[in-house]
Amino acid sequence: MNRLSWFNVTSLTLGFAFLYLPMVILIIYSFNESKLVTVWAGFSTRWYGELIQNEAFLDAAWVTIKVAVTSSTLATVLGTMAAYVLVRGGRFLGRTLFSGMIYAPLVMPEVITGLSLLLLFIGIGLDRGVLTIVLAHTTFSMCYVSVVVSSRLMTFDRSLEEAALDLGCSGFDAFRLVTLPIIAPAVISGWLLAFTLSLDDLVIASFTAGPSATTLPIKIFSAVRLGVSPEINALSTIMIGIVTVGVISASLVSKQNSLRQQRDEQAAARTA
Amino acid sequence: MQRLALIAVPYAWLLALFLIPFVIVFKISLSDIALAIPPYTPTLKDGFGPFFSALDFENFAFLASDDLYWRAYVSSLRIALVSTFLTLLVGYPIAYAMARAPEEWRPTLMMLVILPFWTSFLIRVYAWMGILSQEGFLNQFLLWTGVISTPLTILNTNTAVYIGIIYTYVPFMILPIFAALDRLDGSLIEAAEDLGCSRFQAFWLVTIPLSKNGIIAGSFLVFIPALGEFVIPSLLGGSGTLMIGKVLWEEFFNNRDWPVASAVAVILLLILIIPIILFQRNQQRQAEDEA
Repeated sequence: MNRLSWFNVTSLTLGFAFLYLPMVILIIYSFNESKLVTVWAGFSTRWYGELIQNEAFLDAAWVTIKVAVTSSTLATVLGTMAAYVLVRGGRFLGRTLFSGMIYAPLVMPEVITGLSLLLLFIGIGLDRGVLTIVLAHTTFSMCYVSVVVSSRLMTFDRSLEEAALDLGCSGFDAFRLVTLPIIAPAVISGWLLAFTLSLDDLVIASFTAGPSATTLPIKIFSAVRLGVSPEINALSTIMIGIVTVGVISASLVSKQNSLRQQRDEQAAARTA
Repeated sequence: MQRLALIAVPYAWLLALFLIPFVIVFKISLSDIALAIPPYTPTLKDGFGPFFSALDFENFAFLASDDLYWRAYVSSLRIALVSTFLTLLVGYPIAYAMARAPEEWRPTLMMLVILPFWTSFLIRVYAWMGILSQEGFLNQFLLWTGVISTPLTILNTNTAVYIGIIYTYVPFMILPIFAALDRLDGSLIEAAEDLGCSRFQAFWLVTIPLSKNGIIAGSFLVFIPALGEFVIPSLLGGSGTLMIGKVLWEEFFNNRDWPVASAVAVILLLILIIPIILFQRNQQRQAEDEA
């Protein structure tokens, strides 16, 4: 069954070349000496130097990180609550509307979400800036968090919670001491997902950001609209590097954790 | 008490920041443009009676009469459909080969498919600008190998938009198809071959029908976001690329016509409701099949 025919080898090679070559080319050209981005003129880190001195980019990066940390943390709290309500909440008035509002933002075109939030902020007279971007990002990323967390809650052995309640825990203590540690990996990946979604978002941020706050994607977009630029290549390379290191180390940690868990379970089975 | 607070907090948040904004979009789509702040009329300051009587479907009539909008909706639908099909053609062989790869490779291959998803969408689209331009990497390569003698114009055409959509959304196609093929029992294909099917027939009669759910899920996951796409047509497309996300953006930011932009959004939403409902049904059916 596991024969890899020449056809399969070719599709894997071509497929992954298609997925990765564009980024590899971008990274290589970020070390190009020439200002003309398509002509190779020798290796240089010149554009990284210019990037570090570009205060507009640094300011935008700082705003982006502030927005991403705040909104993903808020989204994780709200999304975990929402997941708990969906999976454990039982029946309540307006449950269908609630689950609809959780799933709808996942498929909503960003232009519509952005437009509607902007019209709300203007309607209630809220000045656009960091706060409005945080509110917007929290709203759509809490839905992603709640999908990730609720899929973990569904496969969770409920009798563990019931045991804690029987042994005298309050509802909140049972959640804090039993449920939360078990669903923690899902909560953490929900936070990471919310964080990257916020870092990445251009469209919703463009609608909800005012002149006082510019995020990095807005800055990049307005720069690349005019064409390819070596500074943006350097910036992209840094961002790709951070993400790659982050994702690979996260997956190594989770692999180690699952190995340890397996060992513990085997040990427990042996002593039992 | 605790339970009430647990439900109320996320509920209130979503009502205030998801549902009410839509009601506002809908209301403004029925308003008229005004030279005021906010730039539309009526507002609730006018009182309830005049507020409701001043709402009308004028913007929708305008959208129906101006063929720019018609063409934008039709061309978005066409671009989204064609690119979904092309993404399926690109994604299926990759998913198939992943499912046939040795078992110990599969987690790594999965991670390699997911990794680009974590990298900035904007950067992934931007990377193609340098490749597809007149003096870009692809043209230099093709000129060097002698395949072409004059550079091709790809950037700022619909072809570039297709390439951009396939590139950014192919992981969404690969993952559900891979999940379906990974579960597929290999002995079924062996049985088909033993019973006289050629390899191709076995693929067409056994593998494809059994991965149907993955194909449907993947197609919706590509089609739905592609329809309202903004970044790809505005960076890779040209002035001739009409897509509704771009039209909405320009109507809002360049023409500052909020009522028309809201009407464009309402219609886009109405068009999207059909595939979204079909997608939900498919997911439910799949969940029932598994249970």
